[in-house]
Amino acid sequence: MIAAGASVVLTPEDNRSRWRPPRWLRRAAGPVTLLAAWSVASTTGLLPPEVLASPSDVAAAGGRLLASGELVTAIGVSGQRVGLGFALGTAVAVVLALLAGLFRLGEDLIDSSVGMIRTIPWVGLIPLLIIWLGIDEAPKVALVALAVTFPLYFNLYGGIRSVDAALIEAGRVLGMSRAGLVRHVVLPAAAPSALVGLRYALGGAWLALVFGEQVNASAGIGYLMNNAREFYRTDVIVVCLVVYAALGLFCDLVVRLAGRHLLTWRDSFDGT
Amino acid sequence: MEPDVDARAAVEVEGLSLAFAERVVLSGLDLRIRPGEFVALLGHSGCGKTTLLRILAGVERGFVGRVEVPRAVAVAFQTPRLMPWKRVWRNIVLGLPGRPDRGLAERYLAEVSLRDHAGTWPKTLSGGEAQRASLARALVREPELLLLDEPFAALDALTRSSVQQLVADLWSRRSCAVLLVTHDVEEALLLADRVLVMKGGRVAHEVAVDQPRPRDVADHRFVALRRLVLGWLGVSRA
Repeated sequence: MIAAGASVVLTPEDNRSRWRPPRWLRRAAGPVTLLAAWSVASTTGLLPPEVLASPSDVAAAGGRLLASGELVTAIGVSGQRVGLGFALGTAVAVVLALLAGLFRLGEDLIDSSVGMIRTIPWVGLIPLLIIWLGIDEAPKVALVALAVTFPLYFNLYGGIRSVDAALIEAGRVLGMSRAGLVRHVVLPAAAPSALVGLRYALGGAWLALVFGEQVNASAGIGYLMNNAREFYRTDVIVVCLVVYAALGLFCDLVVRLAGRHLLTWRDSFDGT
Repeated sequence: MEPDVDARAAVEVEGLSLAFAERVVLSGLDLRIRPGEFVALLGHSGCGKTTLLRILAGVERGFVGRVEVPRAVAVAFQTPRLMPWKRVWRNIVLGLPGRPDRGLAERYLAEVSLRDHAGTWPKTLSGGEAQRASLARALVREPELLLLDEPFAALDALTRSSVQQLVADLWSRRSCAVLLVTHDVEEALLLADRVLVMKGGRVAHEVAVDQPRPRDVADHRFVALRRLVLGWLGVSRA
């Protein structure tokens, strides 16, 4: 018997009686409200078009730019800059992280230098990059590469250095060569960390592109934006911002999907 | 003492010493294991058991003395140490020369009743299954010397006794020498031909267990042996 006054009666929860809006509806509510408020502010004249174009004007401008092919060309040019810079930055980061991660000599020579250079804000390097590389494509690609190199380097290096020593020993006992250990033990173990670095790197890459394209761009999304600024075309500017955001989001999605595919072996907390 | 009829040895260690920064771990240790012999090594934590095993496995090289082991040595550790990013069958053949196929891995997985798990990720295995997979990974190397570093210590009691039985079966089907490092006197006496006790960096005591298998823990000779070994370990129990 439970002493009187000390017991609590637990009843099963009944979820059927009350209707709850589905999760996607609740999530969509915030952005939809914002968009509606913006729309209302524009139509009532509270928000004049030279400050911010209305959502419908933005959509129309987007449609026009798409139809004329300007937007696609611009995305192609900007995408190429990001792609080149990203490939260059990734190559540098992977080589440095492997040297520093796998060899103590490499660590001594590389890690402190990279740590030091990292403290320089890369946006501040734009004037130097212009002096060194001119004002064409090279400084834009270099800026993206810089933004990619550091986060990827630190995460990959950290990943390599946190590989479980017991697994390395097991690999050695199993008769694996040094190259085999790197390929089958060290790199797979460092992959989760490297993927985090990759997401940071991609975020940095698009940001670097936006900065880089403010410098004398004669093509690309930045060029569209600068042109629009001259004529107070806020609708085109917003289209360009949306395109930047969408491209960044798309890249992040690709890395996340790749991660989910590559890391199915992991037995880690997925959130509740 | 039984006469040494077989002049060959699976393991021959003479005058083995090793120190880590002033701390002497092994000092003049001698050890000889015959081919096919099952030897259990007991001792307190930190007495150098695992260090000796790591030397025999070839991963600890900072020693003085003479160590001779077969070319084919395999190890099962206290934890399974499977590579979580490789499917079970790939873990089994990891490090083997050439391009070993799945069929080979499956043959050895079948021996530890894990054939159906060949294509799964290690995270899906239970503790006992993972330890069995680690045994299969050792056996696929067809070792002449199998080193077991407390492979049952992390398992629950029921799983432990079934994996112990599995080790006994696997060993009786092969001709490999086994060195089992353990804390568990009963386990040592159940499985081994000979039980060694390490103290002060060398083998201080040894006793042959010549009872037929399977052994009965309630048998009076078994009880007497256990009391003897526990006494060597400084544990006095009625």
